[in-house]
Amino acid sequence: MVDEPVRSLDEGALRALVPRVLAGLVRRGEDFDAAEDALQEALLEALRVWPEHPPHDPRAWLTTVAMRRLVDARRSEAARQRREETTHAEPPPGPAEEGDDTLVLLFCCCHPDLAPASQVALTLRAVGGLTTREIADAFYVPEATMAQRISRAKRTLRGRRLDQPGDLAVVLRVLYLIYTAGHTDRVDLAGEAIRLARQLTLATQEPEARGLLALMLLNHARLPARLDAEGRIVTLDRQDRSLWDTRQIAEGVRVLQSALAMQTDERPPGRYQVEAAIAALHDDAASAGETDWPQILAWYDDLVALTEDPVREDPAAVLGRAVAVGHVLGAAAGLRETDRLRDVLGERHRWHAVRGHLHELAGDLPAAATAYAEAARRATNVAERDHLVRQAARARADRATGSLTARRTRPTWSRPRP
Amino acid sequence: MPKYLLLKHYRGGPEPHHPFPPMDQWAPEDVEAHMAFLRNVSAMLEESGEYVDGQALTPERTWVRYGGPGAAPVTTDGPHPETSDLIAGWYMVDVESRERALEIAAHVSSEPGPGGEPLYEWIDVREVMSGAPAED
Repeated sequence: MVDEPVRSLDEGALRALVPRVLAGLVRRGEDFDAAEDALQEALLEALRVWPEHPPHDPRAWLTTVAMRRLVDARRSEAARQRREETTHAEPPPGPAEEGDDTLVLLFCCCHPDLAPASQVALTLRAVGGLTTREIADAFYVPEATMAQRISRAKRTLRGRRLDQPGDLAVVLRVLYLIYTAGHTDRVDLAGEAIRLARQLTLATQEPEARGLLALMLLNHARLPARLDAEGRIVTLDRQDRSLWDTRQIAEGVRVLQSALAMQTDERPPGRYQVEAAIAALHDDAASAGETDWPQILAWYDDLVALTEDPVREDPAAVLGRAVAVGHVLGAAAGLRETDRLRDVLGERHRWHAVRGHLHELAGDLPAAATAYAEAARRATNVAERDHLVRQAARARADRATGSLTARRTRPTWSRPRP
Repeated sequence: MPKYLLLKHYRGGPEPHHPFPPMDQWAPEDVEAHMAFLRNVSAMLEESGEYVDGQALTPERTWVRYGGPGAAPVTTDGPHPETSDLIAGWYMVDVESRERALEIAAHVSSEPGPGGEPLYEWIDVREVMSGAPAED
């Protein structure tokens, strides 16, 4: 009985309304916390009422009901405090630009005073329109914990001025965090991050916003090939490239090109654009052997040039560059690059995994096996740990079965560069 | 129904049934068989309606205690004597009886090792205290 009317509503359309209505309330100077609560109540009311009496203008309906709730809340608050307060006479909701609304909300949710986990949760709830339960499921925490995290975040925002432009760099970082948090069976966070980034690119001309969207699309395109039927990780060089989503790749490239077209001498591409360019080059290769490593290395050079002291400030970029160096200049040169990171990343699994890969390129399978085993010991993710154990076992077995296999894994493309 | 925690250890516990090398030194097909077996355990427990939780822990360990008023927490992250217990992960199951918990643990312990031989690994079975008071 309950499920039937809910199903008959277009849930996607309802969700899309959430940020617009909420932003409208915040723009009028309503407290974010109270407005969000009021809107949640309005949504419940909508689920109850709409199946029988569908509104002419769902957005106006939600705004009106939420406003009524806000006024009610203020009245009872006022009564509790035993002081008079005039009832707000609110103008009817006017037309507002959808893009601006998204931006206003994202700046709220990604307020620099909030911890990253809170920014993520609030963004998914207020802009993404996900339920607390869905967000809790995505991060494997109890619903009560996530509810508490969200209400604490909203309390932190209480009394802050939220009508000023915020820090776009923080917004981009939060969206990327959501993307990299991956996805569970129930909640596709990567897809949600892409949806939000797409909205963001409608709201701002900032090329880095497009860079981020492009990066997400170009990586997400490879998702279908990244795990095999048993859930095992398949590395890029072994993926079945026919499984890649060519439509997403095409969109990613288009978005990236529109971002890069805005660059000037004073304003070189930012890190998301550079990373997207690297992803695009991987996507562009028909086989692993056809990867344009020299171009990838050139982009990595740009990436590490974005920070003063890349080893300390952006070690992940230096590590990625070491792989490219290994493929262009030879494994030994790549390994030398990783040496610079020993102090910073020596206890992280990825550093050992990259060294395992480079040792394997060099044909030194015993060293590769040792490095993969070291990486496995430090992995913090079961799928990655299992993958690294397999890599170690495989490298050891290849060594045992003789040099024939070793020769096969030796780079055939390590041609001298002009 | 009582809940039981089935603990797997990196080290510690009774004398092992037989020694075996770390998994990264097994033949690749033995590694695959082992991992497939463990995937199957979770699937089996979900199928039977007994699965509550399953988690793996990294081998890094830090002991920490209150440092006193105004002082930073006191930590020690090793080295620890090789004999100390180190938990590797667990299954939590919700089962009809203690016998069923032991049966599941014994099944987990039969996981294939090098050459496909069972590992006969010791599993630490602990009952979870119930939150509700017992009825009189």
